[in-house]
Amino acid sequence: MSGPNTDYDPVEVTPLKSEEVDASRDAALAAIAAATDLAELKQVRIDHTGDRSPLALANREIGALPPQARKEAGQRIGQARGAVNQALAARQAVLEVEHEERMLVEETVDVTLPTDRVPAGARHPVTTGSELIADIFVAMGWEVAEGPVIEAEWLNFDALNLGPDHPARTMQDTFWTDPPEDHLVLRTHTSPVQARTMLTRTPPIYVVCPGRVFRTDEYDATHSPVFHQVEGLAIDEGITMAHLKGTLDHFAASMFGEGINTRFRPSYFPFTEPSAEVDLVCFVCRGAGVLDGAPCRTCRGEGWIEWGGCGVVNPRVLTACGVDAERYTGFAFGMGIDRTLMFRQGIEDLRELFEGDIRFTTAFGTEL
Amino acid sequence: MKAPVSWIREYVDLPDGVTTEDLAARLTALGLKLEAIEKPGDQITGPLVVGRVLTMEPEPQKNGKTINWCTVDVGEANGTGEPQGIVCGAHNFAPGDLVVVILPGGILPGNFEISARKTYGHLSAGMICSARELGLGDDHDGIIVLPADAGEPGQDAFEVLGLRDEVIEFEINPDRAYALSLRGVAREAALAYGAPYRDPAERAVPAANDQGYPVVVDDPVGCPVFVARKVTGFDPAAPTPDWMVRRITQAGMRPISLAVDVTNYVMLEIGRPIHGYDADKLTGPIRVRRAREGERLTTLDGVDRALSVEDLVVTDDSGIIGLGGVMGGETTEMSATTTSVLVEAAHWDATSMFRTGKRHKLTSEAGKRNERGADPTVTEAAADRVVELLTTHGGGTVDPGVTVVGTPPRQPSIAMAYDLPARVTGMPIDAAVTVTNLEAVGCTLDKGDTGVTATPPPWRPDLTDPFDLVEEVARIVGYDQVPSVLPREAAGRGLTREQRLRRRVGRTLAGAGCVEVISFPFVGDAAFDALGLPADDVLRRTVRLANPLSSEEPSYTTTLLPGLLKAAARNIGRGAGGVSLFETGTVAFPVDRGPAPIYGVDRRPSDSELAKLFEAIPEQPLHLGVVLAGERERAGWWGAGREAGWADAIGLVRRLGTELGVDVEVVSAARMPWHPGRCAQVRVGGVELGHAGELHPKVCQAFGLPPRSAAVEIDLDLLMQHARDVTPGPDFSTYPLAKEDVALVVDAAVATADVEAALRAGAGDLLESIRLFDLYTGDQVGAGRKSLAFALRFRATDRTLTEEETAAARDAAVALAAERTGAVRRS
Repeated sequence: MSGPNTDYDPVEVTPLKSEEVDASRDAALAAIAAATDLAELKQVRIDHTGDRSPLALANREIGALPPQARKEAGQRIGQARGAVNQALAARQAVLEVEHEERMLVEETVDVTLPTDRVPAGARHPVTTGSELIADIFVAMGWEVAEGPVIEAEWLNFDALNLGPDHPARTMQDTFWTDPPEDHLVLRTHTSPVQARTMLTRTPPIYVVCPGRVFRTDEYDATHSPVFHQVEGLAIDEGITMAHLKGTLDHFAASMFGEGINTRFRPSYFPFTEPSAEVDLVCFVCRGAGVLDGAPCRTCRGEGWIEWGGCGVVNPRVLTACGVDAERYTGFAFGMGIDRTLMFRQGIEDLRELFEGDIRFTTAFGTEL
Repeated sequence: MKAPVSWIREYVDLPDGVTTEDLAARLTALGLKLEAIEKPGDQITGPLVVGRVLTMEPEPQKNGKTINWCTVDVGEANGTGEPQGIVCGAHNFAPGDLVVVILPGGILPGNFEISARKTYGHLSAGMICSARELGLGDDHDGIIVLPADAGEPGQDAFEVLGLRDEVIEFEINPDRAYALSLRGVAREAALAYGAPYRDPAERAVPAANDQGYPVVVDDPVGCPVFVARKVTGFDPAAPTPDWMVRRITQAGMRPISLAVDVTNYVMLEIGRPIHGYDADKLTGPIRVRRAREGERLTTLDGVDRALSVEDLVVTDDSGIIGLGGVMGGETTEMSATTTSVLVEAAHWDATSMFRTGKRHKLTSEAGKRNERGADPTVTEAAADRVVELLTTHGGGTVDPGVTVVGTPPRQPSIAMAYDLPARVTGMPIDAAVTVTNLEAVGCTLDKGDTGVTATPPPWRPDLTDPFDLVEEVARIVGYDQVPSVLPREAAGRGLTREQRLRRRVGRTLAGAGCVEVISFPFVGDAAFDALGLPADDVLRRTVRLANPLSSEEPSYTTTLLPGLLKAAARNIGRGAGGVSLFETGTVAFPVDRGPAPIYGVDRRPSDSELAKLFEAIPEQPLHLGVVLAGERERAGWWGAGREAGWADAIGLVRRLGTELGVDVEVVSAARMPWHPGRCAQVRVGGVELGHAGELHPKVCQAFGLPPRSAAVEIDLDLLMQHARDVTPGPDFSTYPLAKEDVALVVDAAVATADVEAALRAGAGDLLESIRLFDLYTGDQVGAGRKSLAFALRFRATDRTLTEEETAAARDAAVALAAERTGAVRRS
């Protein structure tokens, strides 16, 4: 910067001539307008507003003017610089928008590319199905009870009124541990959990017991030596078959949809009396037995699906398990979880459940 | 039980228009469950008529066959009355025989339409039918030749052949043995429709006398009633009448000979098993007793059996001649030359029958009825009915002797309050309905003010308790009348902590890309060998099964790995590039605390008795198993894939630990089936939880898995026991973070976890987190050494840390690591 020079004729300071300032301003504005991207604009900014730009240099010369000339020159330069800065900002904004738009276009990817780097896991439908059932009952205030699969013979049979000569106790039906004199079996049903619950708790009792059970069945599309059952037990004052019906209707509707209820047929189970088999309104044809003019495949045209067994807990069972049979009554029910899943999910072959093929299991995800 | 509808109708007057479907539905509602309805003529459309062969001319054909050109009188069935010309390939008939003819326009099973057609130079107008063509059996040796009295030409053959007689097959529950007879089924049908019923067992029988065959019953508990009747001069060649053959066949039994068929027929009719002896082969009096040690018998099925002292046997002077109530012996079996029959109708103790049947693995129609409890009061009627049918169809003389030993046991009576049915069923059943229904099932009632004492009918040994009576009352009212009412709301506490944790474990693993499987929990030596377990490995001590599915897998498993590894190999074999599987399931370990006690059921076992019972049950912890085989991350446009390895396996356990709030410790271990250098023992609180790591190469090979497959097996129960009960809200600071990275060089054998633990301990409370971010081995640190680079993050809860404070904490951390692990800071 030059020092003040009183001898200096302001008119002779070339950069401060008004035509010079206007020319610098116009050159800057033209360059700004001509800048086509942010990099160019950056250069324009340096060239026209930087320390070495004509307007900056001119500005520096103001101090060299006699005081009387400074004001006017300052105004002129200030206006010119203001115009340039304004134009720069405006151009910057425009170019930024353009830049962003361009970037967004340039960064476009093919979003249909596969993204399955880590394959999805899944939980077994028997697990999630058991949870679904448990949740339905927990929502009614029931609890989930469990017991061991290798079970005492007394709990699996005797306590449930399956006497020593009951046909189910033969080697043909039941897995026994070796030697059989140890009186241990692979539980043939989840009912010993009922017995355990009654033996270790006091009424009122409302429990469901999902679990794995064993029978020496052939292994085919509808039978398996290892399968899963859910058992329900309610012991309270004044419990009747009507409560059993109400509970199963609610269960059916929760599991299969509103309007799907149950019917009872007389049957026989040693641990219940009266006993009934439970049929479920076919949730596919909704009881019609026919679907699209052909017999319904799910219920084989019956309109009903056999679902399980149930009944009023035999007072002999209550007595053996320490429940006051004079004061309390109860109901119990049991159904196959695998079977229920088979018709609910349309699984054709029971063995698919136990083969461990990931294509089967992953189809069900982590919740049913 | 298969019941022909016409036979049911013989004993009950069903209302007009009752269809077989309706009958079956009503009986199902009463507890006789419909299995199937057989409609033999269902597939046939008439005209199907009786025809009489008038002429038959054999005509040899060029193809070597000889056909018969027949004229058959079909009455007016063809609309003309003229004989029908029919070509027939069979030769088992002659002019004059009655045959079954299907006329043009008819349809045979298989949608086989019959029309008049030119064949072998004749216009054959219809077909003479064989049993197989009518769907009546496999007999294709020739056409059906009807008995001479079967009917008239032109008559509808559906009736003659019983093709309109539908058969209902029921599944009979074990408590309803009475329904294993037409007598019982018809009784239920009468109950279903309120229709009149005629009891086929109700007949006048001759009184017992002392001229009958001598019978001594040594065991009146095992054999309360023994009735013997005799027929002599019987024609062993006499055929069984067609109607009887048909009914026996319809009921699912095989016709054999008149004498056998009659006993079976009466068993089906009345429900009382009968045994017939060839009376000429009997020597001396019949005696009923229990078998003695060492006695043997060859039964009718030709099996020589060693008898138990619990078996009831029938003997004569020659020795044992039958296994009472279960199966007769060979020596006194009726044969094609039997002319003299001794008929035995005895009532046997059901339990004894069941045990004998089970012991000798004998199931027979007779045994099935005897072991479930037949009506003890109809022995005389049954024997009389047999004698009647034998002499009617086989000639001979009824011996006047009538032997009756013993008296039927009495049914104990049952007291029941009138309101019990309503209290138990929730249906509005009053005393009047209770009385009516109990009487309807045959109970004799003694009616009191508040209740009734019922004596069940003799065919209902299953009725012993008041609740049994409730079922009888209720099933007649109809189970469809049971109202649907929800019980009062129970005050449940939701899922238990463990149940919730189990779900969490499953979700965590599924979230980590693992797929759950369920395997059969059976194991054998082959699997243990494949896992490379040493001979004395604890996992080889199993709970063995007495009757395993396969002798190859005789035990309940002690490890989930065999099932998982097989499932993984199966998936790989089916084309999966990689598979991550998990299973949660119980395994079992023997406890050897003696047999589990068997208690009575008339009271609850005491607490100490229960404790003894629970103690005898094998330990069954819940295990978690994981197998990771092949690709863990897929290759793709993003780059290469990544094979599963030891780190993934251990990582999953750590992840579970984090999820459950358990500090899982990882220490190096050597345990089959894992790679000895790549196996971690995972612990909690110093206690072994299980193992994780890469599988031993031999194990991968044995199971057909890709190399470097990895696996986990831990005791999930134990992990869950240590799970954090209530998670405290974390206390964290918002003051600025101070970062310090340190690289430490240690011997390659030093566990990183030890170095980290030392750093953590040395750094003190200011340390917020520590993380290994690099591992280096190579020239710069020298052979047998490794460099571990840790990022330490410091933060105070109440101030901004100064550089000096942070450096001091870092130095203290490094110093402790140096002291404990010999770590040297790399500069």
